Amino acid sequence: MSEFIKSYLTAAIINLIALSWLIFSIVKNRQKTKESLKIALKTFIKTLPMIIIIIIFIGFLLGFLPQDIISKVIGEQTGVLGVLVTAVLGSVLFIPALISFPLAASLLKGGASIMSVTAFITTLTMIGFVTLPVELREMGKKMTILRNLFGFIFAIIISLIMGVIL
Amino acid sequence: MNRAEPVKQNEKIKQKKALLRDYIIMGAIIVVAAIVLFIFPDRSASVLTVSKNYFLELIIILPALMIIIGLFSVWVPKEFVVKHMGKSSGIKGTAISFVLGMLPTGPLYIAFPLAVALLKKGAKISNIIIFISAWACIKLPQELVEIQFLGIKFTLLRLGLTIIFVVLMGFIIEKLIELTERKNIKVDKTFNRE
Repeated sequence: MSEFIKSYLTAAIINLIALSWLIFSIVKNRQKTKESLKIALKTFIKTLPMIIIIIIFIGFLLGFLPQDIISKVIGEQTGVLGVLVTAVLGSVLFIPALISFPLAASLLKGGASIMSVTAFITTLTMIGFVTLPVELREMGKKMTILRNLFGFIFAIIISLIMGVIL
Repeated sequence: MNRAEPVKQNEKIKQKKALLRDYIIMGAIIVVAAIVLFIFPDRSASVLTVSKNYFLELIIILPALMIIIGLFSVWVPKEFVVKHMGKSSGIKGTAISFVLGMLPTGPLYIAFPLAVALLKKGAKISNIIIFISAWACIKLPQELVEIQFLGIKFTLLRLGLTIIFVVLMGFIIEKLIELTERKNIKVDKTFNRE
């Protein structure tokens, strides 16, 4: 329920910003407003198919792969190899962050190592395998590959440091 | 000018083709998804609920976000972005990129068109990487949930490390891209000489 309110509040604020800026724009300059809306529509049409595809993928991923299977696989991982495996899992899977934290807590309680759990939640948010096609299309090959590659390496370094400190 | 015109038109045709391809792929995936759901009727309820929830969550912010992108590209002068997020924006630019990314907004894949708009207006690459990464893994309301479930010590440590490495990542990627681009320019020059 609280998540519901949160996402509606966010949406309300974003819509309010867009609306007030739009009104300002209409009052100040009609021509510029027309131009802005043209760009908005173009961007929308361009982004829409990728977003629909991603939403379908997420539905299948979460619908066909129940949480208990994911927890079981991650709970069994140990050592540095375990960190690698969970990091790969975190990169490939798509689980909303708000679900991933309680999942991580239950994994820790179940005996999973801090390293693997950190690797899992860090790669889960940092790296988007599902969203890779959009990133490639928008940001280009070079930037996308570099960002995800370094994100993966640094997520593992972060987990190792966490494991040593905690 | 005569030479620029056909190039521009070629670009337009290319874009239209890419767009058409995207919509065809989308249609094909919808058809395949429908067939798979038909084969596994016991899964269809959970798949459809998840997809529907995501769709609803997105459709209430997407149009507004697109309008903001449109208004941003027309109203915000290039000098403004260059000054605050560009080459010489320094630590302030880094901080602004972090804050922009951390604001509660939406999923990662809607950050990319925004990042492109910022890039076009002259924001530097390291700041764009920081903006996208902060958007991806450091969201304000999300961190409260992390504290609640994993404790304040775990959360602060992970957050601190993430911030350090995201900044590091931004600078490394910027240097790498600048390096390869410089090489490309050199290659172009040698080609022109021949």
